[in-house]
Amino acid sequence: MTENTLHIPARKTTLPDRKPAPAAPSRVHVRAEEFSVFYGQNEAVRKVSFEIPAGQVTAIIGPSGCGKSTFLRAINRMNDLIPGCRAAGKLLLDENDVFGPRIDVTALRRRVGMVFQKPNPFPKSVFDNVAYGPRIHGVRGRTRLMDVVQRSLRKAALWDEVKDRLPQNALGLSGGQQQRLCIARAIAVDPEILLMDEPTSALDPQATSRIEDLIGELRGNYTVIAVTHNMQQAARISDFTAFFYEGDLIDFGPTTQLFTNPREKRTEDYITGRFG
Amino acid sequence: MRLGTRKLIDRGMTALGIGSIVLLAAALLVFLAPIVVRGLGAFVFRGTIEYRQLTLEKFGRGDVDAVEAEQAEAVEARRPVYEMLSAYKKELADGHESLDEAKKQFRADRKEMRRHEGLADQQRADAQAELDRREAELDRRGEQLAKHEASLVELEELIRELLGPEPGQSVPVLWRDQYGQTRWDRAQVKLDQILNVETWVDQDDPDQPRVRVLVPRADAFEGTTLAPLFPYIENNAEAMLLPRLTFYWRFLTDTSFDAHFFGGIWPEILGTIYLTLGAMLFAVPMGVVAAIYLVEYAREGFLVRVLRTFINTLAGVPSIVFGLFGLAFFISTMHVSPSKSVLAGSMTLAMLILPMVIRASEEAIRAVPATYKEAALSLGASKWWAVLTVILPAALPGVLTGIVISMGRAAGETAPIIFTAAVSVGKPLWPWEALSQPTPALPWNIYNLATEHEAVDEIRHVQYGMVLTLVLLVLLLNAAAIVMRARISKKLRA
Ligand SMILES: Nc1ncnc2c1ncn2[C@@H]1O[C@H](COP(=O)(O)OP(=O)(O)O)[C@@H](O)[C@H]1O
Ligand SMILES: [Mg+2]
Repeated sequence: MTENTLHIPARKTTLPDRKPAPAAPSRVHVRAEEFSVFYGQNEAVRKVSFEIPAGQVTAIIGPSGCGKSTFLRAINRMNDLIPGCRAAGKLLLDENDVFGPRIDVTALRRRVGMVFQKPNPFPKSVFDNVAYGPRIHGVRGRTRLMDVVQRSLRKAALWDEVKDRLPQNALGLSGGQQQRLCIARAIAVDPEILLMDEPTSALDPQATSRIEDLIGELRGNYTVIAVTHNMQQAARISDFTAFFYEGDLIDFGPTTQLFTNPREKRTEDYITGRFG
Repeated sequence: MRLGTRKLIDRGMTALGIGSIVLLAAALLVFLAPIVVRGLGAFVFRGTIEYRQLTLEKFGRGDVDAVEAEQAEAVEARRPVYEMLSAYKKELADGHESLDEAKKQFRADRKEMRRHEGLADQQRADAQAELDRREAELDRRGEQLAKHEASLVELEELIRELLGPEPGQSVPVLWRDQYGQTRWDRAQVKLDQILNVETWVDQDDPDQPRVRVLVPRADAFEGTTLAPLFPYIENNAEAMLLPRLTFYWRFLTDTSFDAHFFGGIWPEILGTIYLTLGAMLFAVPMGVVAAIYLVEYAREGFLVRVLRTFINTLAGVPSIVFGLFGLAFFISTMHVSPSKSVLAGSMTLAMLILPMVIRASEEAIRAVPATYKEAALSLGASKWWAVLTVILPAALPGVLTGIVISMGRAAGETAPIIFTAAVSVGKPLWPWEALSQPTPALPWNIYNLATEHEAVDEIRHVQYGMVLTLVLLVLLLNAAAIVMRARISKKLRA
């Protein structure tokens, strides 16, 4: 095995068994304009500008510490939890400034769901996990909640596996199931955008491929923004790819183009495995 | 490091670990065994007919006919004692009479002699010597009689303590005077006091401590009609008191009578429960909220550093200081109650355990994975909602453990309640009375019975019963904490 085959799918990725993208809606969902994020004095994301299209899967790739997570967590303002973290420039969600003064963070997070690197279901029952968000947003009554839970679990391709163990503790599920449960939990509040921060890095290959399939199925209904370490995965699941390097956005474009014909030398070096 | 060395160290460590556990268990056993054994003495003992009589008459418990039959039997066995006593009293009275007679004679003779003026000097001197001799003899007899009378008073007192008042005498006020010894172990101590007089004599070397010497009391009555009393009592003690194995489980639920001489320790138990729960009522909400604030809301800074210093200092303050503080602040300044009360005591105890509750809760909350909070917030939960629905439930095992352990602490503390809540004798309170009234409580009453009670030795068993109850209560609380923690943890971890 050469290093090449280890790191990249093929020079000309056509992504064999992927469903064709649904008729691409050209609406821009998230727009970054000269957007920066600082940790104290450290500028972790530097004046990035690009547009993430609605209803598509956008992958963010780049070496460790290049600001992928930081950027992702800016979109639903999870960075607010970190003391000393602040943003500059503009980050627009449907033309509304995410960091604007009148934004309701709770409402924002309802529109922008998130799936984390390590599966993090609550130590509650499967049902209560999925129902957690809807309950916050005012869904009451067992039957209505059940409805939402079932729908979400189906969308997350988990229903058949857990329909008999809804009252059981979610921590009893396997890692892959837990991650799909987290996706179901995020979906349950009916978000428009799903942020995924290396959602498969803690999973085995089989569970990974199930999640990847699931992301394919979510495409069209949700704008998915997924950080990944794994370039093959980016190539397999995404329609667009953004390449970050040391806080800068080096390259952004349709995935096929980025992987087959990168404009930037550094992108090529990275995806061919010369560094990173 | 060589493999052999490493193995040796490994083994050494294992041995050390096991050794220390064994040591701990042994220490616990050495510490607990006497408490358990002596404490059980309050529940299981050999009760005498006096006990059964008291239980029947004062508590209305027991089989009337059986007790009456036993009583008749005991009275029969005791009859010779009282007969011998009255015979001896008669002997003493006779002694007085003959002494008075002799004195009269002596005075007459002396007068007579003084009238004979014509006697020769020699005769006179002889007669005077004779008179002096007779006077000395009379004095000696008088002293002897007085001594016997004093001994008799002492003996009668001891017999009254052993057997109760003589039938037919007026009924004393105190319960303890109305009955003889209710417990066989105490009866044997009294029996010993009857049979032997304890004296302390100096040794030749004045620096040495005095030694205890037992002199048979019978010696004092040598040659009198009372001499046979002592062997009789010694040989018939069981027949007079009829000791039987007795179980007194109601020790836990009876109120106490006659300054803990009789009855149980329910007021103390209830008082301890009130004080502990009351302390929890104040300390838990305050402590948990403070912990949430410190972990989730407080920005590290000067104020929080000062707060933490306060909490740590509070944890190190001696408990007696809390007691004084409680008196000065809650009672004298805030006037939560006119004087000592369960309410004031609970508040004081709450102050004492607050740092423990805060620390345990803080630790437990900090130990909750940050990912739980992130997940909740990412779903649109507000911070306080995330705390309430995710963080606190996940921290619950730790928080509960801290709470229950501090409950044990609160239950066992004496110093904070001395000035704020505790009295040595009291009735069980209703919850609403607890707001304004003081209460007995186990730790305080153990101390009180051990040091300040008028008859410390007579009621050691009650004191040990309280100790055992308190130890069990605290152990029970800790066991409950362990079980609770295990069950909740299991639920949390699937
Ligand atoms: N909580 C934080 N506080 C301070 N600096 C941080 C924090 N999180 C990340 N950083 C810094 O920001 C930069 C980008 O981090 P991150 O976005 O996590 O990278 P990636 O997800 O691409 O591996 C790194 O240099 C990292 O050291
Ligand atoms: Mg990251």
